[in-house]
Amino acid sequence: MRMSNKTADRIATAVFYFFAFLIIAVLASLIGFILYRGLGQISWHFLTSPPETFKTGGGIGPQLFNSLFLLVLTMIITVPLGIGAGIYMAEYSRPGRFTDFIRLVVEVLSSFPSIVVGLFGLLVFVQYFDLKFSLLAGALALTVFNLPLMVRITEQGIRGVPREQKEAGLALGLTRWHTITKVLLPVSLPTILTGTILAAGRVFGEAAALLFTAGMSSPRLDFTDWNPLSPVSPLNPLRPAETLAVHIWKINSEGVAPDAAQIAAGASAVLILTVLLFNLGSRWLGRFLYRKLTASR
Amino acid sequence: MNAMRQPSPGGPGDAKPAAAPAQGKPDSAGAKKGGPSAGNPARPKRSRRSRTASEWQGKAYTLICVAILIVTIFSMVFFVASKGLATFFTNGVSVSEFLTGIKWSPDGEPPSFGALPFITGSFATSILAACIAAPLSFCAAVFMTELMPKFGKRFMQPVIELLAGIPSVVYGFVGLSVVVPFLRSIFPGQGLGIAAGAIVLSIMILPTITSIATDSLSNLPRGLKEGSYALGATRWQTISRSILPAVLPSMLTGVVLGIARAFGEALAVQMVIGNSPHIPRSLFESASTLTSVITLSMGNTVKDTVQNNVLWSLALVLLVMTFVFVGIVRLLERRARR
Repeated sequence: MRMSNKTADRIATAVFYFFAFLIIAVLASLIGFILYRGLGQISWHFLTSPPETFKTGGGIGPQLFNSLFLLVLTMIITVPLGIGAGIYMAEYSRPGRFTDFIRLVVEVLSSFPSIVVGLFGLLVFVQYFDLKFSLLAGALALTVFNLPLMVRITEQGIRGVPREQKEAGLALGLTRWHTITKVLLPVSLPTILTGTILAAGRVFGEAAALLFTAGMSSPRLDFTDWNPLSPVSPLNPLRPAETLAVHIWKINSEGVAPDAAQIAAGASAVLILTVLLFNLGSRWLGRFLYRKLTASR
Repeated sequence: MNAMRQPSPGGPGDAKPAAAPAQGKPDSAGAKKGGPSAGNPARPKRSRRSRTASEWQGKAYTLICVAILIVTIFSMVFFVASKGLATFFTNGVSVSEFLTGIKWSPDGEPPSFGALPFITGSFATSILAACIAAPLSFCAAVFMTELMPKFGKRFMQPVIELLAGIPSVVYGFVGLSVVVPFLRSIFPGQGLGIAAGAIVLSIMILPTITSIATDSLSNLPRGLKEGSYALGATRWQTISRSILPAVLPSMLTGVVLGIARAFGEALAVQMVIGNSPHIPRSLFESASTLTSVITLSMGNTVKDTVQNNVLWSLALVLLVMTFVFVGIVRLLERRARR
C-alpha cells in the first residue's frame, strides 16, 4: 500500500524532531552525567592539594595550575604570531599562487592530528632543541596546534570590517600599517577576542599533543617559590608539567589510587566547567564589546 | 574614530610587545608599535621616511609570521618522514610487510611489524562513526534551518558548539564509564572495541558535519525551496527531492572532514577500544587504531631502535592520510562550486 504524501511528511517531520531532540538530550545527559559524578568531588582541598599515587584523597592542584600556566604561555606565543599571519592574509596577500599555497598550509596544519603534532614536538622541541619534557616544549607544540585557528580568526575578523572604515583611514593619509593597527584591529577586536577565547578553551582541554612534550609527571612544586629559575618553582617554564587533561587520561588508563574513578570524575567536571566558562565568557564578552565599540544598543 | 581607538592599547596593543621577547624577531615591530602612542604630540612632525619605515616593518612582521607557518609545516613533514622512513631504509623492514602484515609483535623473536590491524582499526572506527553521525547531522541541520529556525539559532546552535568544545579526554572518560558498560551489558565481550570507539567518535564529529550542513542549507537559493512548495510538494518531498540533492556535495565535504577528525583522534579512542593488536572478528572485540598504538607505545621504546622508528612510520601514515583527506575535501569543494 502506498503511503499518502501527507502521512510521509508527518512521519518525516517527527523523525527530524526526534533526532534533533536526541542530540540535545545526548549533550544534556553528557554534561549532566559529568557534573553529577564530578561535582561532589570538588572541594577546596581537591582543587589545591597534590595528587596521591596509592592513597585516597589526592587532589589536582598542580595539574590545574599547570593547565592554566601552559594556556598563558601558549597564548603569549600564539596570539602575536597568529594575528600577524592573519593580517597578512587579510590585508597584504594578493590573489595568486603564493596566497593559495599559504591557505593550503593553514588548512593542512589545522587538520593534522594532535598526536602527530605532539610527536613533532617530541622530536623537535624536546629532543632536538633539548628542552626536555617541559612547559615550554608543551607550549610550543600547542602553538603549532593552535596557530592555524588563530590565523583564521584574525583573517575573518579583519575581513569583517566594513570597507568604508578602512578606506576612511587610508584617505586620511595613514599608511596601510597604521590603518591596520589603528582602525582595522580595534574594530575587529570583538571578533578576534571571542575567537581567541574559544581557541583557549580548546587548548585547555588538549591532551594528546602534550603527552610527549609537557610530559606526564609533575615535580613537587613549592608554591611559595616564585623564582622562575628554581626547579621547584611553579613558574619555571623548563620543568615537566602534567596538565589536567593529561591527568584525566593517565588515571583512567593506569591510575592505581583506590579513588581513581572519583578523581577522574572530579577532574572532568573541573575541565568541563572551565570550558563552559570560556564558552559563555567569550559570548558575553563579544556581545559586550560589540555594544561598547559600535554604539549599537 | 576616536572612540574606536580606545581599546587599542588594551587589546592587540598589549599582545604585540609581549611577543617581541618571546619570539626574538619582531622587536622592531614592537618598538614601532610603542612609538606612535608614546610620542603622540610629536606625531605630526614625523618625517615621511619614518612612516614608510613603519609600514615596511609592519609588513615584514606579518611576513615573518607567515614564514613561521610555512617553516613549521615543512619541518613537520620532513622530521616525521625522515624518522618514519628510517624503518624501511635503515632497519630494513619491508614496506609491503608493514602495510599488509597482520602480525604485530615488535618485541617478538623474530620481530614482525604488520600494521594492517591498526590501519583497518582506524578506518573502521572513523567510517563507522561518520555513518552514525552523518544522518544525525543532516537531521539537526534541517531542523535548525527548515523546521524551527528560531529555536535552532537560539538553542540548538549553542548546544552543538558546546559539543565541539568538550575535550577529547572527557569524551573518553564518559565513553569508558557509560558506553562501554552499556555495550557490555547487551553484547558479548568486554564492551571495549570498534563499536564503542565509533559511538564516542560519532558524538565528537557531529558538530563538524552539522555546522557544514547548516551552512550549506542556509546558503541555498530561496527559489529552490519556494519553487518546490509552489508545485504543491510537502515539506518532506521538498527536503528529500530538492534540498538533499542540492546540499549533498557539501554534506560529503563535511563527512570527509569528520572522518579526518575521527581518524586522527587519539585519546578518546584509545580509552575505549581495548588496545589489542589484532584485527577483531566483531565490532565488540578489543582492537587498536594507529593513534592508540602510538599513544601507548611511544613512551616505552628507546629512541632510534626499530621498535621506536616503526611508531614513526605509523605517524607517517597518519600524516599522509591527512594530506589525502585535505585533497579529497578540496576536490569535493571544487566540484560543489561548479
